[in-house]
Amino acid sequence: MDTLVFMEDVTCRYGGNASARPRIALPNINVTRGNHTLLLGPSGSGKTTLINCIAGLQVVQSGRIEVAGADMVSMSIRNRDQLRGTMIGMVMQRLHLISAMTIRANLQLAQRLASRRVDNPLIERLTEALGIVDKLDRFPHQLSQGESQRAAIARALVNKPALLLADEPTSALDDKNCSAAISLLLDQAESHGATLIVATHDDRIKSRFANIVLLGAA
Amino acid sequence: MNQLATAFSIAAAYLREKKLATALNVLLLGLGVGTIIALVLLLAQAEDRMERDSAGIDLVIGAKGSPMQIILSSIFQVDIPTGNILAADAAPIISSPMVKRAVPLALGDSYKGFRIVGTSKDYLHLYQGKVAGGRLWEKPLEAVLGADAARGTGLGVGAEFVGTHGLAEGGGSEHGDHPYIVVGVLASSGTVMDRLILTDLTSVWELHEHTSPPAMASAPSTPAKQNTAKDVNHQHGDKPGNKHDHAHDAKPTPAGKVDDHEHGEDKKREVTAYLIQYATPLAAVSFPRAVNASSAMQAASPALESARLFQLVGVGVTALKGFAVVMMVCAGLGIFIGLMNALDERRADLALLRVLGASPTVVVLSTLLQGAILGILGVILGLIIGHVTADWIGQTYAASQRLAIGGRIWITQEWSIIGGALLLALVASLMPAWRAYRDATPELLAAR
Repeated sequence: MDTLVFMEDVTCRYGGNASARPRIALPNINVTRGNHTLLLGPSGSGKTTLINCIAGLQVVQSGRIEVAGADMVSMSIRNRDQLRGTMIGMVMQRLHLISAMTIRANLQLAQRLASRRVDNPLIERLTEALGIVDKLDRFPHQLSQGESQRAAIARALVNKPALLLADEPTSALDDKNCSAAISLLLDQAESHGATLIVATHDDRIKSRFANIVLLGAA
Repeated sequence: MNQLATAFSIAAAYLREKKLATALNVLLLGLGVGTIIALVLLLAQAEDRMERDSAGIDLVIGAKGSPMQIILSSIFQVDIPTGNILAADAAPIISSPMVKRAVPLALGDSYKGFRIVGTSKDYLHLYQGKVAGGRLWEKPLEAVLGADAARGTGLGVGAEFVGTHGLAEGGGSEHGDHPYIVVGVLASSGTVMDRLILTDLTSVWELHEHTSPPAMASAPSTPAKQNTAKDVNHQHGDKPGNKHDHAHDAKPTPAGKVDDHEHGEDKKREVTAYLIQYATPLAAVSFPRAVNASSAMQAASPALESARLFQLVGVGVTALKGFAVVMMVCAGLGIFIGLMNALDERRADLALLRVLGASPTVVVLSTLLQGAILGILGVILGLIIGHVTADWIGQTYAASQRLAIGGRIWITQEWSIIGGALLLALVASLMPAWRAYRDATPELLAAR
């Protein structure tokens, strides 16, 4: 099988890079293309740190991280930014759309930052599939929580990433919406050919994943 | 380039989001820039105009009184004269070998606010005056209009007009029986001459022989003015408009000096001032002293008086410029505080930009560009405010009109003002940009 994410013997500072913070050893993982994976663990187990390591947003103390064959540890910051922009889509726990921009502008910005040409037809197709095409010219504060989440998913997918990372995407949702959100992520990942890695403490969704990595408490 | 465009779209979105703060910062900067530009425009034009108007004039001889008033009234034509002097008294002085050229001026009448100046043709030589239509005067009561005077009065060659006593528009009584005839119109020279109606010196003398009371100039009494009221009418006994068979047009002598009237009546004739060109630079040392030794005459140096005038005006100008600089600095502070506050609100956005693949350069650029955009908008507003204000002042105030000041010009000093304002805006956004660079770490997303 084609390995998409490979992590081995990775250690880093928990929750950031300051030397005063405790050092954490992250589990070894090997995610193949198309093998959607759940990183399950309680709060403080290092799920977000792990997601950030994969995305190249965390300074690593030791170990190996490869994404699509690229060495994320030795890679320059500039190349990491570029790879993240083009190959990785991220959905954060707080949806973090840029409030000064419309949903359309948020999606266009994601394309620009990945050094791609703005593709309005793609943006419209994507938001159509997510049921928010009529909200494209609205600002984030004019959207409901569910609509904002869809907009964040649309942004994560707008550059057709090979890897879709989601950090606690369901923690604030009730059972119904939790199920709908995971279905949406899985469906969109499937239809766009992306591999989904979800980090969560929410074990309501573990039945939806065949590949689960358990993380212990810090 | 792509990064710049992306950073620009982010910066523009952020500024749009804070419309009121953006507008206030732009307005503050615009007012500061506008005030300085208006002052610089007015001052530069006034200096330039005064320099051109006084070019080639080393000294002015007028009636005893304020030297600055003599300069303002005789060269720049913006004040009333200190009085008149007897041409006969001045004759020995202007015949000095130290004098290359002495151009007489007789003021006192005007038409529709444009001064009628009795002079010799040498006056045109001072300003390189060229005839655009018609010809120069050949006899008394023939007039030649400066370009602006022709436009302002609507008169053309062949037209007749009647001058009025006094130098202000709608002045005193008219010289109804002695109309002038326009024989020529001058091309624009960009000097004071454009706003004058020129005629032969003898025209003014003749006119005031037949009117009473004549008051050649509406000047207050000064020691020299004791001569003016009645003495100004030398009684030729000629009929109005009569030709004089002597040299009324004050033709320069071969030495380039005015040929004075030789008969007894001529000795009572008056002029308002003489514009003097020295034959030698050494004259600047002794000649003014010789003039001032005369009981009725006063020498005034255009260079000294202009410098004194700008020194006096300079205090106010410096204060206004200082005020404008304070406004600009306040605008800079406003930009700085606005960007710093916005950063606090947008820390998560900055982290998000990094997550989306933005390089630190884009993050820094987006903050710097906010300062730059505010600076550019402020400068554009400032340019509009400055030029419109200068134009308004130029059209509203009579003194500005006489100096032909306006806002429809560009001076090189404006570039440095623009550069200064943009630099200020950029400097104000440097620290916020550094903080944006430092804060744009993805950990923030987890922290919020």
